[in-house]
Amino acid sequence: MRTYAGHSDARRSNELYRRNLEKGQTGLSVAFDLPTQTGYDPDHELARGEVGKVGVSIAHAGDMRTLLEGIPLDQMNTSMTINATAAWLLGLYIVAAEDQNVEESALQGTTQNDILKEYLSRGTYSFPPGPSMRLIADTIAYTVQHVPKWNPINICSYHLQEAGATPVQEIAYAMSNAIAVLDAVRERVPEELMGSVFGRISFFVNAGVRFIEEHAKLRAMALLWDELGRTRYDVQDDRHRRFRYGVQVNSLGLTEAQSENNVYRIALEALAVTLGRDARARALQLPAWNEALGLPRPWDQQWSLRLQQILAYETDLLEYPDIFEGSIVMDGLVAELVKGAREEMGHVAALGGAVKAVDYMKSALVESHRERWRRIESGELTVVGMNRFESTEPSPLTADADGGILVVDPEVEAEQRAALETWRSERDSAAVDAALSELARVARDDSENIMPATIAAARAGATTGEWSQTLREVFGEYRAPTGVGDAVAAPSESLSEVRDEVERLSEALGRRLKFLVGKPGLDGHSNGAEQIAVRARDAGMDVVYEGIRLTPSQIASSAAQEGVHVIGLSILSGSHAELIPSVLSALTEAGVENVPVVVGGIIPEADAAKLREAGVAAVYTPKDWDLNAMMRDIVTLVAQRHGADTAAPA
Amino acid sequence: MSPAPADGAALGARLRDGDLRAAPAVLNLVESRSDESRAQTEALLEAVSPTALGAEAPGFIVGVTGPPGVGKSSLLSRLVAAWRADGRSVAVLAVDPSSRRSGGSLLGDRAGSVRDASDHAVFIRSTAAGDRLGGLAPATRAAASALAVAFDVVVVETVGVGQSETEVADVADTVAVVVQPGSGDVLQFLKSGIMEIPDVLVVTKSDLGDVAARARADLSAALRSLDSRSAVVSVSSVAPPAGIDELVSAIDAHRASLDLTAHRVRSRRMHALADFAAEHGDRGLRALGGRREAEKWLSSRDVALDVTALRHALEQRAQPRP
Repeated sequence: MRTYAGHSDARRSNELYRRNLEKGQTGLSVAFDLPTQTGYDPDHELARGEVGKVGVSIAHAGDMRTLLEGIPLDQMNTSMTINATAAWLLGLYIVAAEDQNVEESALQGTTQNDILKEYLSRGTYSFPPGPSMRLIADTIAYTVQHVPKWNPINICSYHLQEAGATPVQEIAYAMSNAIAVLDAVRERVPEELMGSVFGRISFFVNAGVRFIEEHAKLRAMALLWDELGRTRYDVQDDRHRRFRYGVQVNSLGLTEAQSENNVYRIALEALAVTLGRDARARALQLPAWNEALGLPRPWDQQWSLRLQQILAYETDLLEYPDIFEGSIVMDGLVAELVKGAREEMGHVAALGGAVKAVDYMKSALVESHRERWRRIESGELTVVGMNRFESTEPSPLTADADGGILVVDPEVEAEQRAALETWRSERDSAAVDAALSELARVARDDSENIMPATIAAARAGATTGEWSQTLREVFGEYRAPTGVGDAVAAPSESLSEVRDEVERLSEALGRRLKFLVGKPGLDGHSNGAEQIAVRARDAGMDVVYEGIRLTPSQIASSAAQEGVHVIGLSILSGSHAELIPSVLSALTEAGVENVPVVVGGIIPEADAAKLREAGVAAVYTPKDWDLNAMMRDIVTLVAQRHGADTAAPA
Repeated sequence: MSPAPADGAALGARLRDGDLRAAPAVLNLVESRSDESRAQTEALLEAVSPTALGAEAPGFIVGVTGPPGVGKSSLLSRLVAAWRADGRSVAVLAVDPSSRRSGGSLLGDRAGSVRDASDHAVFIRSTAAGDRLGGLAPATRAAASALAVAFDVVVVETVGVGQSETEVADVADTVAVVVQPGSGDVLQFLKSGIMEIPDVLVVTKSDLGDVAARARADLSAALRSLDSRSAVVSVSSVAPPAGIDELVSAIDAHRASLDLTAHRVRSRRMHALADFAAEHGDRGLRALGGRREAEKWLSSRDVALDVTALRHALEQRAQPRP
C-alpha cells in the first residue's frame, strides 16, 4: 500500500516519504516533475513553471541521495513513475544505493519504463520510438541479469483508458505493446533468460466505475497473457506466466462538480480489481478525491490510504477463494472481451506491430474519447453531479481559503536552479565530459547496453538534462502524432446551431474563423486539447493544433504566422500561473493584437481571477464539460472583438 | 463588419523591400473573400507583378505533393533546415484538406517541426483547401506569387496523388512528388498517364533498406521507359537524415534547366483561368468555349499581362456580344 507522491525538491519529498512510512505505508511511489520525466534540467527554457510541480525535481545523483536519505534501500520497495528517462533514474537509484552500501542486486522496485503510452496518451517522451524501445530493452536486459528483484517495466494500459480507450482497446493495446517490448528484448538477452524476462514484466491497469466489466477485463488480460507466454515465447514455468498487475483507479471519471462523490467512485473501482482472487491486483493505488481540482494535500492522501486499509483489514474481501469461479455471466463477459481484443491485436499486428501502429492507435483513442464525450453531452451516459442530479449544497470540504489544494512554493524553481549551478561548479567536469562521450558512443552502437555507461555518468555527476541531450543528439527528437486528423465528425444536429454561427462570423470576418489550440510547457495531458480541436473543426472552424510541448514563443509565432482569430491554451500540470502570462507577453512581442486568449485546465478560482486580470478572456475548468457551449462562447468572443453580428437573420 | 483590409499596394512595397514580416498580413489579405479585400489583393498582385518589378520574382516556388502518410511533413522540416543552413529564407504554404461535412479543418502539422521560433526567415502557413475537392486553396496561388518576391524559397505543399500535382505544377517552378516505398499505385499512375511526370520524384524512408532501394529502381525504370529524365531521390528523415542534400541539388538543378519566364507566363495564365473559374463556374467556362479553348486563347495574349489583367480579359471575352 502506497500513495503516489513527491513534490518540490528532494529534501521536501524525503520528509513526506518518511511521514508516510511512519503511518504504515509499505513502499514508496515516486512522482517526478515534468522536466525530470522529459529529460530537461531545471534551468532549461521548457522547464519554466514546471520545476517541482507535479512531482519531485531530480537533476543528479545528489538529488537522488537526498530524496532517499534515512530510507534503507535494501528493505524498501520503490516504484518510480518514469519512462523516457527511466534508464537514467534507475542509474541514479543504483548510485544512491551504492552510497548506502547496498548492492544493486538487493534492490527492489519498479520503473514504469513504458514509452508507447507516452506517445498515445501521457506525453512525456523524449526520443523517437525505435531508440526508445532500445532503451527499454536495455534496462530489461540489464536488470534481469544484475538487479533480479527489479520490475524493469510496467506496461501501462492505465493511461490508455484515461485517453478514452474502451475495455477491448485497453486489453489489445497493452498486449500489443508487451509483444513489441518482448520482441525487442529477445534480441538482447540469451534465449534461456526469456522465461525470467517474461516473468518480470508487470502491468499497470485502470479500473473504471463499471466495475463488473472492469473485473472481466482483468480476467481477460490474465488469460491472454498466459497464452502469449506459452505460444509466442515458449515460457515453461507457470509462475513466469502469471499476470501481475498494479492498479490506479480511473481519474477520467472523477468529477470536479460535487467532488466528494469521487470517494464512492474510487471505492467501487477498487472492488473491480480486488473482488475475484484469480485476477486480483498485487498493488493498488487510489487517487485522492480532489484530484480533478489539483495536487492532493497530506490529509487527502491519508483519506485515500485509509480506504485501502478498510478494504484489506475490515472487510472479508481477502478471506475467500475466487468468488466468480463457475460464473456463467463472468465467463461470458470475459470471452466477449477476449474475442474483441484478439481482433484488435490482429489489426495492430497487420500494421507491423505496436511501434508502427502508434498513429493508428492514437487516432482510435481520440475517436473513442470523442464518442464517450458525445454520450455524456447527450445524456446517454450518466455522470452523477455533472450531467444529472446537479443541484448541490455548498461543500464544506472545499470551503477553505486555499481552494482545497496543495500549492507548490514558487521559490522551489529558483532554488533548484541555484542548487544545480552549485552542483555543476563543484563536480569534476572532465570526468563528466568523458562519461557523456562514452554514453554517446554506446548510444550509437546498437549492440551495446546503455546501462553501464548511464550508471557511470550518474556516478560522475552528470545531470538529467545532460544525459538526455547526449541521447537526443544521437537519436534525434520526435513529435508524436496528435491523432486528431482522423476523428470522425460528431452528428450534425447538436452542432448545427453553432455551425451556423461560425459560418456567419466567418462571412463577416472575410475568411473562415481560425482557432489555435496550444499546449505550452511540458504537460503532456493532451486529451482535453484534442477534444477541443476536434469539436472546433466539427463546428466549422479552421483549427491549428500542433500537439504538446511548445514554448510560449513557438505558440506566439504560430499565432502570428497562421493569422488566427482566437487562441485556446490548455494546461493541466498546474503551471498556468507562470506559463500563461509568458504566452501573453510572447504574443504581444510577436505583434499579435486583438486576438482573445482562452485558457482551460485544472485552475483554482483564485488563479482564474488573476489570469483574467492579466488579459485572459475566459477560463474553463473540468466543470465546463459542455463543449458546444464553449464553442458558442468562443464565437461570441471573436464576434465582439471584431464588432461582428452573428445573430441569425430575422 | 470586418476590420478594414490591409493596403495591398503597401504590402507589395514591403515585399519588394524584402520585408519577410509582411508575410502574415499578405496571407490574411489574400485569404479574405470580402469585396474590399479582393480589390486590395488585386492591388497587391499588381505591385508584385513582373511589370512592377521589371523582372520575374526572384524566389523559387517549389511544389511538394504526395499521398497522406508518406512523410511529407518530416521531409519538409529537413528540407527547410537544409535551405536555412544554406542561408535561404523559406515560406511554406501548406494546403490541407478540409472536412466536407462541417467546412472546418484541422491544420497544424506545420512541417512536422521542432522549430526555432526566433528564426524570422521561416514562415509557415497552413490553409484549408476550401470547398474544392483536392484543389489548391484559391488564395494559395496569389500568396505564392507574392511571397516569391521576398522569400528565397516558397514551398506549396499539397496532399494527394493523380490530380494535385497537376494543379501545383501550374503554380510551382519545380514540382517534387513524394512517395513511400511500396506504393505501386504511383508506378501505375505514372505508366498509365493518370499522373503527370513530376520534375523530381522523392522516395521516403530510405532507412528501410532494400524495399526503398527497390522502389527507387522501379520508379527510375518507369521514368526511363517514359523517356523522362526526372531525378529520383531516396531520402530518410529520421535521425540520421539521408539524401536531403541530394534532393536540394536535384530541385535546384531542375530550376536551373527551366525557361523561367516562359514558365511563369504560363503559370499566370493558369492562375487567371482558375480565378475566373472559381468566380464564374462552368457557365463562365462554357461562355469561353470550354477550358481548352480558353487556355488556347490565353496563350495568344501579351506575355506582360499580370493575373488581374488576364482575368479581366477573360471576363470581357465571356460577356455576351451585343
